[in-house]
Amino acid sequence: MWSRLGYLRRAWCGSVVRQHLARRDASSSAAADALVRSLSSVAASGSGKLQLPDLPYDYDALEPVISADIMRTHHTKHHQTYINNFNQALERLHGTDHPQTLISLQPAIVFNGGGYINHCIFWTNLAPTKQGGGEPPLQGSGLMQALERDLGGLNVFMSTMNTAGAGVQGSGWAWLVFNNNTKRLEVVTRPNQDPVVGAYTPLLGIDMWEHAYYLQYKNDKATYLKNIWQVVNWKNVQERYQAVAG
Amino acid sequence: MSFALPNLAYDDAALEPYIDGTTMNIHRTKHHNTYINNLNGALQSADGAGMKGSSLEAICRNVQSAPSSVMTVLRNNGGGHFNHTMFWTLMAPVGSASSAPSGALKQAIDSTFGGVDAMKEQFNKAAAGRFGSGWAWLCAGDGGKLFITSTPNQDNPLMAGVAEQPGLPILGLDVWEHAYYLKYQNRRPEYIAAWWNVVNWDTVAKYYDDASNGKAPTMNVPLQ
Repeated sequence: MWSRLGYLRRAWCGSVVRQHLARRDASSSAAADALVRSLSSVAASGSGKLQLPDLPYDYDALEPVISADIMRTHHTKHHQTYINNFNQALERLHGTDHPQTLISLQPAIVFNGGGYINHCIFWTNLAPTKQGGGEPPLQGSGLMQALERDLGGLNVFMSTMNTAGAGVQGSGWAWLVFNNNTKRLEVVTRPNQDPVVGAYTPLLGIDMWEHAYYLQYKNDKATYLKNIWQVVNWKNVQERYQAVAG
Repeated sequence: MSFALPNLAYDDAALEPYIDGTTMNIHRTKHHNTYINNLNGALQSADGAGMKGSSLEAICRNVQSAPSSVMTVLRNNGGGHFNHTMFWTLMAPVGSASSAPSGALKQAIDSTFGGVDAMKEQFNKAAAGRFGSGWAWLCAGDGGKLFITSTPNQDNPLMAGVAEQPGLPILGLDVWEHAYYLKYQNRRPEYIAAWWNVVNWDTVAKYYDDASNGKAPTMNVPLQ
């Protein structure tokens, strides 16, 4: 059970994560607190372990846009490995009071915790066409209006997102985000598995790690980006938008 | 004059089964070639003109002092061109080059790391532990002392002010996913272990020799 030391460790972990992430975003916010709370509550729960969520569709359901091979490897290997490594880092965190050790575990917590969160969001951001994948948001909907007001409308937004995705150096993500402070939509990128926290709420992510497309598209990022819109689950993006924009 | 794509000293498929021919082909003719095109483009631009005529080594050494408008593109693509040019020379088909270090290099490895296996273990850890994209390096630092480091994306240890541990690289391994994904998928440690089979220790010895004389690896960097 959680001793006083365990509580302090959990609070420390949370503040380290918050500080690390605040370096990227100007201000801490409900989103950052939510991330920290979710990671901390995982840490606090008896098992303390993250688990791989099921995909909401079969591995071949996004074909021909994203191959079954990619989906299976991406989900059962990459996403699973972030989870395994996060759980391992967490266990080591539990087993020490040593400040240097605690600090040295911080990158692994952020990398793997971020990898876990980002992929959880990603699977829901996609859907097979027969489940609405690719169907644009409704005209006049809050999300569509925001896209028009803030990002030049749907087509300009998609182009901006593709440019951002193609421009990621190394590994990372392109994100449609809601700026919690300005209440506006923006397109941002994040390196590696840095999660979207702080001033921003993530709505739609495109994984630009090579593992997300390489088996099928090789170096042709542009075609991956062009095609992925056919399976973007705008209903999910809408839900996420409504949850923060009201 | 602009940078040109170097040729391999061996066939694309010559490093099989450790590195597959398709990867070698795409890696060099697509990825490496793109870095070269982007680098040339940057050097043609007004802001890049100051670096035009610089050696590839100098471009890497001086990224920090490039105009801010071209610094990132020079870092990513100058680094990418240097790193990949070096990488192709560091591999050879099995049996065509020394498969283990000898002489002064071996002595240095033994005295620094306690043996070749111990060095490989540390190198493997750096390569597997580089999160996201990057490279692992065996370098010579101050006084020629060997050390192991890794860099993110297309950075390299020549980049003063950028690299966490600057030095003269003598051996490097690409751990970007494009370097191994077609054959190994997520199994990066397996790729790293396999790669040791095709390391060209004669080239490493040459680069160690360069480093002992305070020089960066002397490589053929073709121009067109």
